[in-house]
Amino acid sequence: MSAAIDEDAGEKSVSSASAGPVWKHGLYAASAWLLAAIVTIAFPDVVPWGSRDVFVALLVAGAMILAGLAFSVEKLGRFGRGLMHYGPWLIVLGLWFAVWELITAKLGWMPKPFFTPPHGLLHVYIVDWQRILICIAYTARLWTIGFFSGIIVGFIGGVALGWSKNFAYWGMPVLKLIGPVPASAWIPATFFLFPTTFQASLFLVALASGIPVAILTASGVNSVNRSFYDVARTLGASSRYLVLRVAIPAALPHVFVGLFMGLYYSFAVLVVAEMLGAKYGLGWYLQFQTAYSAYANVYAMLIVMALLCSGLVKLLFVARDRLLGWQKGVVQW
Amino acid sequence: MVAFGTTRVAVDNSAGLSVDFHGVSHQYDLDGQPLPVLRQIDLAVAPGEFVALLGPSGCGKSTLLRLAAGLERPSSGEVLANGTIVARPDPSRVLVFQDPTLFPWRTVRDNVAIGPEARGVLPGSQKRIDGALRLVKLEAFASAFPHQLSGGMAQRAALARALINDPRLLLLDEPLGRLDSLTRLTMQEELLALWRQAEYTVILVTHDVEEALLLSGRVIVLTERPARIKAEVAVDLPYPRRRDDPRIVAQRQHILEILGFSA
Repeated sequence: MSAAIDEDAGEKSVSSASAGPVWKHGLYAASAWLLAAIVTIAFPDVVPWGSRDVFVALLVAGAMILAGLAFSVEKLGRFGRGLMHYGPWLIVLGLWFAVWELITAKLGWMPKPFFTPPHGLLHVYIVDWQRILICIAYTARLWTIGFFSGIIVGFIGGVALGWSKNFAYWGMPVLKLIGPVPASAWIPATFFLFPTTFQASLFLVALASGIPVAILTASGVNSVNRSFYDVARTLGASSRYLVLRVAIPAALPHVFVGLFMGLYYSFAVLVVAEMLGAKYGLGWYLQFQTAYSAYANVYAMLIVMALLCSGLVKLLFVARDRLLGWQKGVVQW
Repeated sequence: MVAFGTTRVAVDNSAGLSVDFHGVSHQYDLDGQPLPVLRQIDLAVAPGEFVALLGPSGCGKSTLLRLAAGLERPSSGEVLANGTIVARPDPSRVLVFQDPTLFPWRTVRDNVAIGPEARGVLPGSQKRIDGALRLVKLEAFASAFPHQLSGGMAQRAALARALINDPRLLLLDEPLGRLDSLTRLTMQEELLALWRQAEYTVILVTHDVEEALLLSGRVIVLTERPARIKAEVAVDLPYPRRRDDPRIVAQRQHILEILGFSA
């Protein structure tokens, strides 16, 4: 690659910084991270937050890795290309760490108990990781059982509602009446309807995730092109075949819309349910730490939740792309 | 019949079906109002015959095919296949629609496999599926999805999906109606070639007079809805037929006059 190409490509795209043998963004990012490390170590904290030296060590290590990658990223194939794409993000992240340190720990501009420097967050993970892991495990158990029982019942119910006129006659009005009620509105009732708070929370999560799946599965099955049934019937299909091999695959795009809605609703109701009378769990942790004004712990947990929830959403996208690959060119969303 | 791979169905089982419409009338229910579509249709189709149904669009031609396929029961009268009342769909009587109606979530090969799969004979049918794909020249597109096919290819896939079941009656509902004119000419020749090497009966619905004359042995002209049989024109010419054959041109003129278009 000649320098001329490099120069005028600089304006055009983010990845153009990789055109030369050296990944420039990698070097800038390394400098930014090093700057954040210097800011953190060079000035005293207004009050101690702990784990400052660990944070500095991590920043320096990160800067060294980035500097190393700046010369070797081209050889790393797909991973390298992904990294280069996020080069500008890495630079801004380093700068943001420096600014964040300055305005919280070093200058004390932000009101003290509510804002925490990055090494304060790191300190939470170092000190409290065991309790955080236990909370994740509790929430994972509640969410997994609740979400999957909800979507299984919702899916089967939705297929029945979409397929059978009798089912639709009795079920649809009930579903239409109950469906729009926010799942959190059931909280007072469920906590005395169920013997334990765990069961009540399970029910709430299942309800929140199951209802959108049921509604969208039913509408999906309902809107299947009638000719598909005609084709299958003339080719000798039984009713079983029509449901399993025609109605369900044809309705799958709708089902996935319902699954995405159910996923988001399940997160919402999960945390609320845990804030009310759970023993452990992410929602409980937020509530508990807020009560002690431990805002660093609250932020640390919010970051964990962001990663977990977006991870689950990403997983569902991957599942959808696998199952609905045939839709490419048919529907875009 | 058409042989797919090595398996062949016993010959007496593969001969064309005879179809008889006895005083068939049919009506649909449109917002509570009865909408008559067929009125007193009497028509006998011999085994192995190629009959074309011609008429104005929306006149009820497709309904005749749906009745013969067993997708619906007539409001009055009866439809017989080989002397037996047609009560339900059966793979021996296959309907090919104007739209290919391929299942978009299945590859071409899996679409062709629907018939064997639905009847629970998929494991033994792999060679037949390959054969059917070869017959319609789609073997290279076996793993393509329907949205990747052109209109003509999709319609050929739909044809393979029908033919793999060794139909004894092939009901074609304007299967070439949506194709561009060049693809249409090719497909007409292919349809004819397939019918001539097989022994099934064909009822073709079309609104293209020339297509009816090139392909069929008898053209049934229907009236506006509710459809009655207006005229029958025998096309007693050898295959292959040429569209500029003066006899075809003359019959075309004749049928257009029956339909109310004087030249």
